[in-house]
Amino acid sequence: MKIIFDKSVQGRRGVTLPQLEPGVEAQLKIDGRYLRAQPAELPELSELDVMRHFTALSNRNFGVDSGFYPLGSCTMKYNPKICEKVAALDGFAGLHPFLPQLPQGGELTQGALEVIYELEALLCEISGMAACTLQPLAGAHGELCGMSLIAAYHRDRGNTEKKEILIPDEAHGTNPASAVGVGFATKPVPTDPVTGRLDIEALRGMINDRTAGIMLTNPNTLGIFNSEIDQVVELAHSHDALVYYDGANLNAVLGAFRPGDAGIDVMHINLHKTFATPHGCGGPGSGPVCVRENLVEYLPVSRVVKKQDNTFALDYEQPKSIGYTAPFYGSFLVYLKAYVYILSLGRQGLIEASQHAVLNANYLMNMLKSDYDLPYDRRCMHEFVLSASRQAKQGVHAMDIAKALIDRGFHPPTVYFPLIVKEAIMIEPTETESKETLDTFIQAMKEIAAVANSDPQSLNAAPVNTRISRPDEVQAARGMDFNYCPQD
Amino acid sequence: MTPNDRKYTKTHEWIMVDGDTATVGISDHAQEALGDITFVDPAAVGKELKQGEECAVIESVKAASEIYAPIDGKVAEINPEIDSTPELVNHDPYAQGWILKLSNINQSQLDALLDAAAYDALTGK
Amino acid sequence: MSYISNTADQSQAMLAACGLSTMEDLFQDIPKRLKPRSFNLPEAMSELEVHSRLKRMAGRNAADLTCFIGGGYYEHFIPAAVDAATMRSEFYTAYTPYQPEISQGTLQAIYEYQSQICRLTGMEVSNASLYDGGTALYEACQMALNTTGREQIIVDGGVNPIYCKILESYMANHAEVKLTKIPAAPGQAQRDRIKAVLCDETAVLVLQNPNFFGTVDDHSDLVEECHKRGVLVIQLVYPIAMALLKTPGEMGVDIAIGEGQSLGIPLSFGGPYLGFLATTKNLVRKMPGRLVGRTVDRNDKECFVLTLQAREQHIRRDKAISNICTNQALCALRAHVYMSLMGREGLRELAGICHARAEFAKARFKQIPGVQVAESAPTFNEFTLRLPKKADAVVGELVGRGIVPGLPLGRFYSEMENCLLVAVTEMRTKAEICKLAENLESVL
Repeated sequence: MKIIFDKSVQGRRGVTLPQLEPGVEAQLKIDGRYLRAQPAELPELSELDVMRHFTALSNRNFGVDSGFYPLGSCTMKYNPKICEKVAALDGFAGLHPFLPQLPQGGELTQGALEVIYELEALLCEISGMAACTLQPLAGAHGELCGMSLIAAYHRDRGNTEKKEILIPDEAHGTNPASAVGVGFATKPVPTDPVTGRLDIEALRGMINDRTAGIMLTNPNTLGIFNSEIDQVVELAHSHDALVYYDGANLNAVLGAFRPGDAGIDVMHINLHKTFATPHGCGGPGSGPVCVRENLVEYLPVSRVVKKQDNTFALDYEQPKSIGYTAPFYGSFLVYLKAYVYILSLGRQGLIEASQHAVLNANYLMNMLKSDYDLPYDRRCMHEFVLSASRQAKQGVHAMDIAKALIDRGFHPPTVYFPLIVKEAIMIEPTETESKETLDTFIQAMKEIAAVANSDPQSLNAAPVNTRISRPDEVQAARGMDFNYCPQD
Repeated sequence: MTPNDRKYTKTHEWIMVDGDTATVGISDHAQEALGDITFVDPAAVGKELKQGEECAVIESVKAASEIYAPIDGKVAEINPEIDSTPELVNHDPYAQGWILKLSNINQSQLDALLDAAAYDALTGK
Repeated sequence: MSYISNTADQSQAMLAACGLSTMEDLFQDIPKRLKPRSFNLPEAMSELEVHSRLKRMAGRNAADLTCFIGGGYYEHFIPAAVDAATMRSEFYTAYTPYQPEISQGTLQAIYEYQSQICRLTGMEVSNASLYDGGTALYEACQMALNTTGREQIIVDGGVNPIYCKILESYMANHAEVKLTKIPAAPGQAQRDRIKAVLCDETAVLVLQNPNFFGTVDDHSDLVEECHKRGVLVIQLVYPIAMALLKTPGEMGVDIAIGEGQSLGIPLSFGGPYLGFLATTKNLVRKMPGRLVGRTVDRNDKECFVLTLQAREQHIRRDKAISNICTNQALCALRAHVYMSLMGREGLRELAGICHARAEFAKARFKQIPGVQVAESAPTFNEFTLRLPKKADAVVGELVGRGIVPGLPLGRFYSEMENCLLVAVTEMRTKAEICKLAENLESVL
């Protein structure tokens, strides 16, 4: 498909702008030395050209609305359309963020401030935590904020020796990257090969006075719930280390487990996973951070408070706050959708969402474990990890299976993660998928396992039903073509 | 054939001493395991390294691996071809695909490294 | 409202297939002592009820004021086609394009977005997006610290104070980093003050054009001075102004960053926005964030793929150059559609309208007794007024009349209590400007 710049026709226009009024001079009042030498070579297209181009691009994509998307650790559930409708309301989308910071400006944005105040309270009740900030702009940004809170806590107490964060070896790569981003060093804690859970004895041997905190995900990236989480917290607290809970997998435990009840100090929630805000082909996300009482005073500014007259206002008077982590109040239009989702489902709906997410995962796991290796054969939560080790002996790797699924109309699961499972295939069906969909997926996976025995080479060639075959990633990395220059 | 004229480490680097300097690269086994190499990022010339410290990072499409100094030394030279043609490490790991040269080397540490036969045994050849 | 598809019968059949009888059986790994102590949430609402409630809440927000506030976040018109194109659910319900064969739409769009940003800024390579302009400043500074191995950051007084606050928050965790701020004042970059602190330990100088006070500058001389000392230069830019102004690329800047909200993204009460970051080819491996490259498939057909991923957190973990993964892809797509609609001539014309109306406003406000324009240097579409009384008070009075005359600067700089930062975009007509002038006259 042609690149947009190659569709450009000199003199074609996609917008008509208003004329300047009489008396408003068009002449530039900026000296030539401050101006660019040549215009920016943006494409010249009609509105129809533009719509055709992006419609054609969208036809080369696959979303949750296109089909089953069991991408492990990403919680690709259905995105309700009411959320988009609400986010498009001009009273939200058209609101300037500086308004509540003006004198008497609070009155101008009471509806928006109420959304923030109420959603923070809802997320606190869901997580069992004491307070919440909606400022972090994505999950990894929430981790950076949460790690900053841990750093601020130790700085405030003069715990200068606390420089290390312990992280399970199965964790998402963002965890170590976030800890390092805040100036900590990290050490991996091994997973018990039998239970698939954090090896608490190994942890006992590693934790010491240098430990600032532990980061963990529960259920972990193997989809296994750690029933010793309160003991891990107790162990950490006995060394004045704090515990960070990565909420990436919260969709497994709504109404079944609250991190706050286990004594967790700080956590983030990926609203674009558990609370159904769309992933938007890679963002925007929203990663609110919730804390226990001990960290409330360090939360970023501003905070939204409810005054005695039941109106809402911004509060910047937080002397121990870590300061600004985002320009204003976070990804407002994203968390607004999560607020709509929570109100729609209500208490029972949220509980049922997790129940069906876990049921769907267990059903798939049980139906597939005879055809693929299951390294941790036990009840799973919202996701599980198969291994293609058996198929790899025939020369069919996890990536080949992923590509074969594309040919059969599915988005593939996550492959090669977590790193501790060889030939990992990580499957997360989510609660919104029906039994019929799961059954067709099971059928496809079984058929692929059979073909891996009978005709393995055919799978190495997959996908064959797509617009392109597998890209040459080596050429992409060596060629470094990131910016279209037609003379190339 | 794993060349006999140099020493190897358990982390798959090779080192060949010539007078006061030593040349460092990675083994054929290592380049094969990494797959198509897309970038080599060596330590800066002049950097003093202790044995076992990171002296380069090698990137392939889906991985990045640290290369460690087999012995103490100072980075004296970097293979001038390696930036534009990192695939030399794949095609000719023991000659044109060398990565860097060390000066001020600690030769006493060489004895503890592996010879070709011991390295082959380690990699199961 | 529930979005679950399975019926009770289907669920029962699936439980049976797992050898279980009730939903509770699925949660046996969670011991009794860890069961929720409370889960006190409202009951479910129908779609109709939710919509009515949220519509009422939206109605308690004043989104219809005549607003002259900018400060880095501008009200621009958004053509309807931007929504129509980006609301296709094949885009907005997709994940990060990890499977290129079924994500060529996203991948080609990001590649084209990267190219648009390069053309706009005159830089060689852009990433796929960052969260916003402020966090882009933090990422760009980290990039400069890593590249130079030095520890001092100099931030010019014309840099947006909100971005400075974000930078300060993060740098508080890195005691070794020395942040030097040049005092703020309307007008061009204060060369003497910058040169007085610039030294061989400096990693990077951060500049903004037009700066927070609206002033236009050419930083070429500062870039030259910095490069002589091995110091990198970051320049924050306003993308609409880039249609006219000398680009960071032309000035020799190393890292160009900015807030992309103006490119077809609604003000949205603070987000989601779009951070863009573009640099030179030789710094590409130090650049944070995702990157799409053009390549070919097995049949030699042109295609696109995420590349240089070995820099990123999912591969490099604790050694990654940034922790960012989810970014602002859909906002970048909006910006791309917007730039495609505006095109080469449309964006220039738009920038010209903003500038012309701002100049008209500047001239008109100057006639008000006691009002001064704070500096004589050229401005693009925003300028600083000195009022004969506190700007807060003036704003307070006019908001009641449905006009927000600008951003009072005392909030950021205590010595500028009488200063008002006024922005004019294509949304503000001559009549609205005249109405603001009359209202200012009546309260001053």
